Amino acid sequence: MLAKFLDSTAGSPAPSRRGLLIGAAAISGGLMIGFRGGARAQGAKPAAPANPFAGYVTIGADNSVTIHSAHMDMGQGIYHGIATLVNEELRADWAQIRVEGGWGNPALFGNVNWGGAIQGTGGSTGMQSSFERYRRAGAVARQMLVNAAAAEWKVPAAEIVVERGLLRHGARQAPFGAFAARAAALPVPADVALRAPQDWIYIGKDRDVLPKFDSRAKVTGRQDFTIDVRLPGLLTAVMIHPPLFGATLKSFDAAKARTMKGVVDVVATPRGLAVVADNMWRALRAREAVTAEWDTSQAETRSSEALMAEYRALAAKPGVATAEVKGDVEKAFAGAARIVEAIYEFPYLAHAALEPMNAIARIENGRVEVWGGHQMPDIYQGIAARVAGVTPDKVTLHVMKTGGGFGRRAVIDGDVVAEAVAVSRVLGGRPVRVQWTREDDMRAGRYRPAYIHRLKAGLDAAGNIVAWQNHIVGQSILAGTPFEQGLVRNGVDLTSVEGAQHLPYAFPAMKVELTSTRVGVPVLWWRAVGSTHTAYAVEAFLDEVAAAAGKDPVQFRLALMKDHPRHAAVLRLAAEKAGWGQPLPAGRFRGIAIAESFETIVAQVAEVSVEGNLPRVHRVVCALDCGVAVNPDNIRAQMEGGIGFGLGAILKSKLTLDKGRVVEGNFDGYEVLRLDEMPRVEVHILPSSTKPTGVGEPGVPPIGPAVANAFHAASGRRIRVLPFTRPENA
Amino acid sequence: MVRFTLNGRPQALDVEAEMPLLWALRDEIGLTGTKYGCGQALCGACTVLVDGQPVRACQTPVGDLENRVVATIEGAAGRVAEAVQNAWTGLDVPQCGYCQSGQVLAAIALLSENRSPSDADIDAALAGNLCRCATYHRIRAAVHAAARALA
Repeated sequence: MLAKFLDSTAGSPAPSRRGLLIGAAAISGGLMIGFRGGARAQGAKPAAPANPFAGYVTIGADNSVTIHSAHMDMGQGIYHGIATLVNEELRADWAQIRVEGGWGNPALFGNVNWGGAIQGTGGSTGMQSSFERYRRAGAVARQMLVNAAAAEWKVPAAEIVVERGLLRHGARQAPFGAFAARAAALPVPADVALRAPQDWIYIGKDRDVLPKFDSRAKVTGRQDFTIDVRLPGLLTAVMIHPPLFGATLKSFDAAKARTMKGVVDVVATPRGLAVVADNMWRALRAREAVTAEWDTSQAETRSSEALMAEYRALAAKPGVATAEVKGDVEKAFAGAARIVEAIYEFPYLAHAALEPMNAIARIENGRVEVWGGHQMPDIYQGIAARVAGVTPDKVTLHVMKTGGGFGRRAVIDGDVVAEAVAVSRVLGGRPVRVQWTREDDMRAGRYRPAYIHRLKAGLDAAGNIVAWQNHIVGQSILAGTPFEQGLVRNGVDLTSVEGAQHLPYAFPAMKVELTSTRVGVPVLWWRAVGSTHTAYAVEAFLDEVAAAAGKDPVQFRLALMKDHPRHAAVLRLAAEKAGWGQPLPAGRFRGIAIAESFETIVAQVAEVSVEGNLPRVHRVVCALDCGVAVNPDNIRAQMEGGIGFGLGAILKSKLTLDKGRVVEGNFDGYEVLRLDEMPRVEVHILPSSTKPTGVGEPGVPPIGPAVANAFHAASGRRIRVLPFTRPENA
Repeated sequence: MVRFTLNGRPQALDVEAEMPLLWALRDEIGLTGTKYGCGQALCGACTVLVDGQPVRACQTPVGDLENRVVATIEGAAGRVAEAVQNAWTGLDVPQCGYCQSGQVLAAIALLSENRSPSDADIDAALAGNLCRCATYHRIRAAVHAAARALA
């Protein structure tokens, strides 16, 4: 499918994208996809530095510095991060800079961590993918400005100083804008050195040096999201999606709706009916008046309870595929003095970003424009072209900031993008915003899959783990997608087992098995992907094993981490800052967990009390190693947010299927964390000089097991069926 | 025709009386700072002030607004609003920012009535405003910072 989209982009500016998907590899939990014909695959010769003015940076005659970001910003702060990298080298005045979403140039914007041939945001790769090339873009741009000034002033380039947006030589100075056009036309220098870490004045600095550009707009209502875009004649469409996953439209009657005030039309698209009006509320009112009949013969009609019963039965059998094996597991269990076993169950979860899914399309004179949270721009460009019946070079994307995302806007079939273009095309190209309601958003699928983990550990007489086994049962996110070919190996979807395999613990014998299920519920990556369930299962179960061995959870882990000093350092830092082992006020208890996701290691200590049947989390101490801390305050913000996001999910969130129908539709049924449930959070970043790794997702995985372990300390109860609020936990 | 005061100016609106204020603001008047998040008064993203009190615009029919005084984020002004917005930017509270119009207005309403709110007061006043980025930790700190600035 992806290959087809890539093929269909033949008219686009970058020939590298015409290659076919030939394979993929996963490294340390991140996605890495290889494309034949990509720039990287064409030979050993290192590529000449890209001309920064060809796409990374635009400097206006008015001295404005516009940075074009390869990654879309859904609140994770990557625009801020990329601006920091560029300006560390460029040295514009911070106030001159703005950042926009780049697209349509995979040679410049291709995600380095995914192989470099296709643009995309995900897997917490933004900073890692950008660290080298955006600093280089800034450095080369600065050198080209300097070279232009040197030529004009007839002085040696080396004598020109660049500071806060000014080029200076002796008493002479000029702003960037004075040389911008000339600089952009100069040859690209090949040997520009990047500044050494000791010379950094922006990287590693806090918000007193680099306040976020967009905070003011976001607290004054001036930040525009896709829902806010205004265009002449813009219409609003609301969708009627099939009531069951896999159902298709048989017939519909929109006669009454078409007569209602403000209604423009009701049209069928491959993804459902669209009710189009001049105003959202009128479209919603008209939607009530439409009746539709659906063919449900191919639809998924199982209920959650039935699915989980099937999963439990599967978990009791040996796994279909083996993800990791070490030593003779059967023999090790046979020789164990004691066996600990447990089953953990995880529900479907919705992303439930606060801005419900939306996109805007307009087709004029054979040209298509699409506004949206384009998390996979090259793919969406191809989809928009295919749906509109044009070549991809006729498609313009407008990359909007989005009101959250958490993975939901990276969809291979482009769902809402395809809908918007389809509706606009039926309406003769008129501009239309497809706006899902909260219920549409919650019931349209693309969930974190439900999973079961069956865990077993063997202990020797001294309480040391001699064998470890984990059998994971659940849907594959990658099955049926173009990523399957490279990222599903020997029947193992790496996103199902990441966080359960390659653990930092030295078990003498271990086995991780996977049984991937076939269910008609569309699933997707959800902030931290596999580690959202694997880290809970592994870290909560390890706490059970430590308790069975009569050992302290921190010492028990440290003893197993001898080959993983970075993990041990993070665990120690969290424990130390939390006062692990020190007395707590009456009724307060601690729990700890650690998880590596996307190459970032995070440990958290939760401090809880028990209220009713549930934990109240008072304080979370978070320690992490994410390599070089480019924007420390943003790292803290992402840890705080990840903790809140993960905490709400494990305490309260679940999606339930009733004969295939999604029960929860809004925030009354699908509950998420509220302000009064948010703990105090302290974040401690380990100093590091290694490459920066991501922080958007890795704050999420440890909070669940840290709270579960603290709750056990407080109540003696293990929560193995999520969320905590499920009746069977009462 | 409904007549009310919107952000300090007279506003006349000739739409269906049952149209929620949220969609009248966004689609008829063209003020988009007020966000849609749930449509059921469950998330607080559409919070506006009516006669100084925070209400959910998605559940407020335009017909109920005759002679009322409505303030949206675009009209947030005055000493309290300034203190709140400065505290929010000073701590870089927003992540995606989508809920923040509602958070800021709810905080303005709280601080207009209670100049030194406790954590419990803040929790009670803002627990209905969801933030999926979970910026809650900083929201609480920013309300305290704004209260200090107003003291």
